Amino acid sequence: MQAMVYRGPYRVRVEEKDRPSIEHPNDAIVRVTRAAICGSDLHLYHGMMPDTRVGSTFGHEFVGVVDEVGSSVQNLKVGDRVMVPFNIFCGTCFFCARGLYSNCHNVNPNATAVGGIYGYSHTTGGYDGGQAEYVRVPFADVGPTLLPDWMDEEDAVLLTDAVATGYFGAQLGDIKEGDVVVVFGAGPVGQYAAASSWLMGAGRVIVIDHLDYRLEKARTFAHAETINFTEHDDIVVHMKKLTDHLGADVAIDAVGAEADGNLLQHVTAAKLKLQGGSPIALNWAIDSVRKGGTVSVMGAYGPMFSAVKFGDAMNKGLTLRMNQTPVKRQWPRLFEHVRNGYLKPNEIVTHRIPLEHIAEGYHMFSAKLDGCIKPLIVPSA
Amino acid sequence: MAYTPDKPKLAETSEQLRARIPGWGADLDPKDRPSVPREVFDPSFSGAHWEFPERQPENTPRERSIEHAFLTPVFGTSCPPKGLSGVIRRYSYAKYSEGRAAHWLLLLAADRVDTVEGTLRSFVSRRPDNPVTETGILAEGPRHGRRADRGHHLLDPIIVAAPWVLGAALGVAVVRRVAGRSRG
Repeated sequence: MQAMVYRGPYRVRVEEKDRPSIEHPNDAIVRVTRAAICGSDLHLYHGMMPDTRVGSTFGHEFVGVVDEVGSSVQNLKVGDRVMVPFNIFCGTCFFCARGLYSNCHNVNPNATAVGGIYGYSHTTGGYDGGQAEYVRVPFADVGPTLLPDWMDEEDAVLLTDAVATGYFGAQLGDIKEGDVVVVFGAGPVGQYAAASSWLMGAGRVIVIDHLDYRLEKARTFAHAETINFTEHDDIVVHMKKLTDHLGADVAIDAVGAEADGNLLQHVTAAKLKLQGGSPIALNWAIDSVRKGGTVSVMGAYGPMFSAVKFGDAMNKGLTLRMNQTPVKRQWPRLFEHVRNGYLKPNEIVTHRIPLEHIAEGYHMFSAKLDGCIKPLIVPSA
Repeated sequence: MAYTPDKPKLAETSEQLRARIPGWGADLDPKDRPSVPREVFDPSFSGAHWEFPERQPENTPRERSIEHAFLTPVFGTSCPPKGLSGVIRRYSYAKYSEGRAAHWLLLLAADRVDTVEGTLRSFVSRRPDNPVTETGILAEGPRHGRRADRGHHLLDPIIVAAPWVLGAALGVAVVRRVAGRSRG
C-alpha cells in the first residue's frame, strides 16, 4: 500500500509499505478514505517530538471503511464506514473506566504520561497513522463509531480531532454566561474553540494570531473579534485595555509548542528543541486572563520542560485546565451541533491533497502557503 | 472595571447574541457539556467486553517506560529500534524514567542519528533520499503563492540544509584526504 513516511525533520515522502495486519484479536484494518494533516503533526514534521522514528507514518485524523476484523471484534463488520477518534484506548483501565479515554494506561508502553495516539511517534505508543491507504485500528469494539448516513465525510474526519479538541477546550474553560473568552491561535483548533465558546454562552470572543488570512476566517467562521499581535507592542497590555483592565475571564491556548511572538522562546524551543515547547501563547494566556480566571490548554507540548510563568499563574489564583481530548465522549453532543448547523466543520478546509503529493502538503501547511488553514489528504485506494 | 465591584458591560446582551449566532447558549447548562463532570465511573459505557484486555504477542523485544509495571497489553509495532539510534533508544528506555530530562534528550539525539542512518541507508537502496521532493519545497512557486509569515521561517532553510551541507563538506574532506594519501 502507499503511505506517508517520515524521513527526518522537514522531510516526508510516499512509499510502498506492507498493508498492516491484525496483531491483536480486537484489531480492525481500516481502508482510509479521508485523512487530514493536523497542526500537531507539524511538531513531528519539525522533529520536535522525541522518539519520532524514520520510516513511521503520521496521521491521527482519518475515516474509512472496515477492511478486516480480528477474531474478538463484535461491534464492527467488514464494509462498515467508520470514524476513528485520534485516541487509542482500551475502555476498561482505571482511566478509561472514568471516561478519561485520552489517558488510557493499556495502550502506550513507551510513556505513562500520555495515552495512545495514531501516527504520533513512539512517545505515544509507536502506532502507524492514517495518512496511508490502510491503518491498523486497535480496540475496534471501543474506539471507532459508525459514520452516520447524514454526515458529510469531511465533517466526520474533522470530528476525529480538531472539532472535538476545540469544543473540549471551550468546555475546560468552564465558560459562564457573558464571559469574555480570548483564544490564542486561529488555526483549526482555535477556530473551533472560538465557535464553541458561543455555544457555552460566552459574551465576547476574541481570537489572537499573527496571520491575517486566518484572523479573517475567525471573523467569518467563528463570529469573533480578532487581533493581530504583531500590530501591538505588547499584546497583554492591549488585552487589558480591551477589557477595562480586568482581563478576560477565560483564555484558551490553541497554539502549543511552536508559538511565535518571542524570538528567544521560539528559537530555543521550536528550532533548537531545548524546551518541550515554546510557551509564548500559554504565557500570554496566563498574563491576559483576569485574576481567578481559567486558562484552558489545548496546544500540544512535548514531554520536556518548558519555561512557563507559573509564578504569575499562582499569584493570580488561576485555574489551569488541560488534557488531550477524550474524543468519543464528545461525539454524541457534537453530532447534534453539526446536525443542527451550530458547527460547520468543513468550512475551514482549504486544501484537498492527493496522498502522493503529501510532501508538498506538509510544506504548504508548515510554511502557511496559499492561505492554508486545514489540508485534507485523499488516498488513491 | 478592575478597580470597582461590577463587571464591565458587554456590547451585546445574551438575547442579541442568541439572535446573531446560531446555537448561542446551547450548552449554557454545564449538564449539557459531555466532559462535565470530568470523571464519570462507567466501565461498561465504552463497549469493551473485557476487564483486562487479551495480550498482543510480543514478537520482538519491545522497549517500554520503566514507570510501567509491565508491557502494556496492546502496543504499536512500527519501526522497531535498529542501528546506533536503536542502541541509544533502548538505553534511554532501560535507564531513565519519563521524569528525567536525560531520557528525552537521548531520544531526541537518537532521532537525529536515525535521520543520518536513514539517509545513508537510502543511498544504498533503490530510492535514495531526495531533499528537493521530500521537503515539498516545490510547493513554493506560482502555484501556491508566497509564504504568509516569511519572517517566522528564516531559520527553516538553515536547519533543513545544514546537515546536508555539513555532510557534503565532510564527504569532500574525506575524499581529499584519501586521495592525498593515495598520491603520497
